Amino acid sequence: MNNKQATTKSTVRKQTHHKLDARNILCPLPVIRTQNLVLTLPEGDTLDVSCTDPGALCDIPAWCRINGHEIVEARITDPDTNEVLISIRVGKN
Amino acid sequence: MKTQRKAISLISGGLDSMLATKAILDQGVHVEGINFYTGFCVEGHTHAIRKKDKAKPKRNNALWVAEQLGIKLHIIDIIEEYKDVVINPKHGYGSNLNPCLDCKCFMVKKAHEWIQENDFDFIITGEVVGQRPMSQRRDTMPVIQRESGAEDRLLRPLCAKILPETLPEREGWVDREQLFGFNGRGRKPQIALAGKMGIEDYAQPAGGCCFLTDAAYSNKLADLWTTRGERDYELDDIMLLKVGRHLRPRPHFKLIVGREEGENRFLEGYRKQFTHIIPISHPGPLVLVDGNINEEDLEIAARLTARFSQGKKAASVRVEVHSKKGDTTEMTEMDVTPYRIEDIPTEWYL
Repeated sequence: MNNKQATTKSTVRKQTHHKLDARNILCPLPVIRTQNLVLTLPEGDTLDVSCTDPGALCDIPAWCRINGHEIVEARITDPDTNEVLISIRVGKN
Repeated sequence: MKTQRKAISLISGGLDSMLATKAILDQGVHVEGINFYTGFCVEGHTHAIRKKDKAKPKRNNALWVAEQLGIKLHIIDIIEEYKDVVINPKHGYGSNLNPCLDCKCFMVKKAHEWIQENDFDFIITGEVVGQRPMSQRRDTMPVIQRESGAEDRLLRPLCAKILPETLPEREGWVDREQLFGFNGRGRKPQIALAGKMGIEDYAQPAGGCCFLTDAAYSNKLADLWTTRGERDYELDDIMLLKVGRHLRPRPHFKLIVGREEGENRFLEGYRKQFTHIIPISHPGPLVLVDGNINEEDLEIAARLTARFSQGKKAASVRVEVHSKKGDTTEMTEMDVTPYRIEDIPTEWYL
């Protein structure tokens, strides 16, 4: 029983929240930056990506869908500057 | 137990690579996509900049194709390495500054490195013999195989039947009989195959997928190299060549004039790097000054800025000049007479 408890304890990992500033660059660079960062993150971590290319609102979710990552939220945060926020929960890499 | 064979497919986002990938997926091979970003790719940049293009769908076609096919897509940034392809193409340029054959050799070489690193078996492309004048000819196709190092691990499913057998065919990883023998510039066989495969929606890029095939773009790049005295570029250089109206009144400086709100907003991102001019008495463009200018040059730049403002017919237009002095910017105001259109020499326009 003690062994089992110890094993369970060692596998619990605190999920980390990350941020990526992909503003003022144009697609597909925000997708590439997101891809390259996500590939380094463990499953379950979350990532907020800020972009000013409105195309990112379509492209980053598409990349996440085909690569098994979850889109938590994707929305325009500032219509004047085209700023968008895409929140991702990292799946299995 | 039969080994699951794995292929990487070069996905451009167009129909041919989509069909080639589907043909191999349908034979039970595990396929993933790879897409290379050179900095000159047409989609991505342009759609996001101009306000008038806001209504156009803002999808990345390569990602869209991958999603339709249900495959993973790896987008690889090759901006730095690709410079050598553009600057020193072994096989030369096409009708503009497009090094198509060197480009294809380079991309297949990168894909070959990728399959070796990721334990994949072969490479697929959507090439068709005779489809393109430079990179897709019967005599250049073996060049790509040889110079990329991929040799017979490179399979072109759409024209495989009229090419020598490749490793995946010889080993029975794919059935050659189920591949195709397309040949020539026509699109009918591809469109018919798309219908047969149930593919109804696909991208049809009118001007190709690379800015280097565009004459106006190539002229601007050639001008950049000539005036700088060296054939080199940074990502910002090639991005700015895609935006605005470019005028070179003197060999040592040029102006980049935003044509509409979307471009002005994009150019705003470069304000800290360049001396720039904005009309303040009338609505007008943001103008970046690329080069070092003296008082006389500044007047030319300010008068051109006024010309492209809504005060172009006014006697005087007030502009704000933000001169870059090292790491700081100095702001002054000037009242200038806009150029008359007939006074702007046509050779100033790039």
